[in-house]
Amino acid sequence: MKNILLGFAAVAMTANISTAAARDSISVVGSSTVYPFATVVAERFGKATDFKAPKVESTGSGGGLKLFCRGVGVATPDITNASRRIKSSEFEQCQENGVKEIIEVLIGYDGIVLANTKGSDPMALSRKDIYMALAKLVPGPDGKLIENPHKTWKDVNSALPASKIEVLGPPPTSGTRDAFAELALEGGARQVADIDALYKMKADQVDEIQVMVGKLGVEAAWAAALQSKGSKAKGKDVVKIIGRSVREDGAYIEAGENDNLIVNKLVANSNALGIFGFSFLDQNSDKVQGSTIDGEEPSFDAIANGEYKVSRPLYFYVKKAHIGTVPGIQEFLNMFVSEDTIGPDGYLIDKGLIPLDDDSYADMADSARALNKLNL
Amino acid sequence: MNSSTKTDASRAVEALFDDRELLALKRAAALKRRNRSEKRFRWAGRLSITFGMACVLFLFTDIISKGIGAFTQTYVDVEITFDQDQLGLTPQSTELEIKAASFGSFFKKALREQYPEVTERKEKRQLYALFSSDMPLILRNMVIANPALMGTTQTVSMIADDDFDTYYKHSYGRDQDEGDQIGRLSDLQESVVDSLVKSGAVVTKFNTILFTNSTSSEPELAGIKGAVIGSILTLLVTLALSFPIAVATAIYLEEFAPTNKLTDFIEVNINNLAAVPSVIFGLLGLAIFINFFGMPRSVPLIGGFVLTLMTLPTIIISSRAAIKAVPPSIREAAYGMGASKMQTVLHHVLPLAMPGMLTGTIIGMAQALGETAPLLMIGMVAFIVDTPTGITDPATVLPVQIYLWSDSPERMFVEKTSAAIMVLLAFLIFMNGFAVWLRKRLERRW
Repeated sequence: MKNILLGFAAVAMTANISTAAARDSISVVGSSTVYPFATVVAERFGKATDFKAPKVESTGSGGGLKLFCRGVGVATPDITNASRRIKSSEFEQCQENGVKEIIEVLIGYDGIVLANTKGSDPMALSRKDIYMALAKLVPGPDGKLIENPHKTWKDVNSALPASKIEVLGPPPTSGTRDAFAELALEGGARQVADIDALYKMKADQVDEIQVMVGKLGVEAAWAAALQSKGSKAKGKDVVKIIGRSVREDGAYIEAGENDNLIVNKLVANSNALGIFGFSFLDQNSDKVQGSTIDGEEPSFDAIANGEYKVSRPLYFYVKKAHIGTVPGIQEFLNMFVSEDTIGPDGYLIDKGLIPLDDDSYADMADSARALNKLNL
Repeated sequence: MNSSTKTDASRAVEALFDDRELLALKRAAALKRRNRSEKRFRWAGRLSITFGMACVLFLFTDIISKGIGAFTQTYVDVEITFDQDQLGLTPQSTELEIKAASFGSFFKKALREQYPEVTERKEKRQLYALFSSDMPLILRNMVIANPALMGTTQTVSMIADDDFDTYYKHSYGRDQDEGDQIGRLSDLQESVVDSLVKSGAVVTKFNTILFTNSTSSEPELAGIKGAVIGSILTLLVTLALSFPIAVATAIYLEEFAPTNKLTDFIEVNINNLAAVPSVIFGLLGLAIFINFFGMPRSVPLIGGFVLTLMTLPTIIISSRAAIKAVPPSIREAAYGMGASKMQTVLHHVLPLAMPGMLTGTIIGMAQALGETAPLLMIGMVAFIVDTPTGITDPATVLPVQIYLWSDSPERMFVEKTSAAIMVLLAFLIFMNGFAVWLRKRLERRW
């Protein structure tokens, strides 16, 4: 019995010691898209320097920023990765909790691809085709938006094959899904003239918005926008709601967060298309092929120079208050932004990251090395 | 037979015989029916077992066929001259000097010398990409371990890159249609591999990296050492906490506690706790240990705390069953010899109940070993390169490693995932086997 009590005491003691002591390894959280890149840098950092290799958790962009903005201190992470820019609401949350100074680093881009298995014919899509095939509400014959009636790709665009619309993609919790909905679906929706007109209407053009909402038959979305934004609701907010909602009648199949699984399902079903990040296409180029979107193939160069439209920026954010408290943060930051890492020939580029162009790379690297804080 | 010609008496006799026959027939039919239903029941049982076994067999063949490749790794024997001038090192150089030398460019130059025909920048990159990015570091460590290597020519067994390895193990030398090949080597890389194989330099060896390295973002360097040690540390904390608490609880509830509403309430709660989904314990751990007490994330200590909460009910329930199974005559005999209550429990009941308790504990530990969901909440689902050395170092566990690898884009991680699953299954089978052995060995019959 005495031994057991001693054991308890020992465990309790170690627990106390560990809370009191400062952390000696960097803690990184955030986006699952940036995760594979961050792990490479973390590992190399551990091998190349005398610091411990940073610990990298994959929590999703939103989850990471939530942890990051919880406050300052060793119990909170030092760095968070994000596959989108920090939102102003998140920035305010950070400020409120005492995380005043944040360093923003844009490391590169990631393309989102729509791919099918190698055996079947490659698809040539436009963003409008994607919108018409996958959105919940699409323009009907009289211009009013109706529940998506399209069953085959031919219904969407007569130039496309008459195969069933079957798209495997990530669930709503995924950053890839958010980016896809914003870039491909909403981007496609705006190629419909009326929707684009609505998109451009400001908050003070209430009458015009109401006319257009009536014409499109999207009163429900307008009401929802009014409810969340009040009198500040713009045409853009309505378009966000109608443009980013994905149909729920089985044509879009939620295949989970695991992109490997989607690739395997594509190989098994030659009719299906799948949505995932460019790095998975790159790694599985012997199994699947990317569809062209707006005439551009999802290639390295097309994403880098912005011709391939469905791509998103990848960031990480550093808590300036932790520099000096947790050893190695500044060195890690410098290593991450170095030419060797994310320059045009860097090792992350071999891993599938799309690099920044030379000018923006130079600006970003200078700003990051100088530890300039982010203002939103 | 014409019924109209018969007398009443004969009709009655016939009816009697009919009845008897009918009864016998009915009995025979009922027996047949019962036999049939029994047969059906047996077949249903056999079918269920076959189905279950088929599923297990399918799972095992799938995992083993996918994972067996990960137990070998492709190496390439390359002759490397440790050039004193280029590295600026001599056999007398100190460790610090060796660490400062640029082995990266030395390694690249050594490769270029082997393939003078490769001149274009893009092609050079493809050439370097055939070998693991860790090679310069490995060469450096070789020189640190033995500075006398400087100036000599050595045959170095180089680790092939994951693409090379996958291609060589699964695709090389097999007839394939164009566009049907596995992997993503370029034509140049394939011709280099081809010439290397023809010269006999390519060998596959047992993959020790899998067991001596921790995880890595380079699949060919990824191993399970860190995860296994993390699992062991977490389980040690779990065992150190849950076993004494559970045994003390079980003894008190069985032997000392008065039967009243309070103990009933506690009993019901323990049984309910056993059915709570494990992710809830993770949330509890996050709220109490990390947010309230401010303990660090991702450490085996907290993982052990959370898994303790999860395994406690399992061990308590099996320990109580073991204590209940000790016949009252043992206790009565001890009392008869003048033993106190505590002496009776500690000297007689506990030793007899111990095999059952240990079995329950091992089963609980096996459960804890396979758990990922609660650990997700407390940050143990993380990329951690350094092997943990204590219970407050960041660590991950084996099932989490499997989960993380299964989500990685590189093809070779599919293999490694299955290999890690095989190791985890081996651990689980060993633990359960140990529990069975322990029970067989220590069990007593009264």
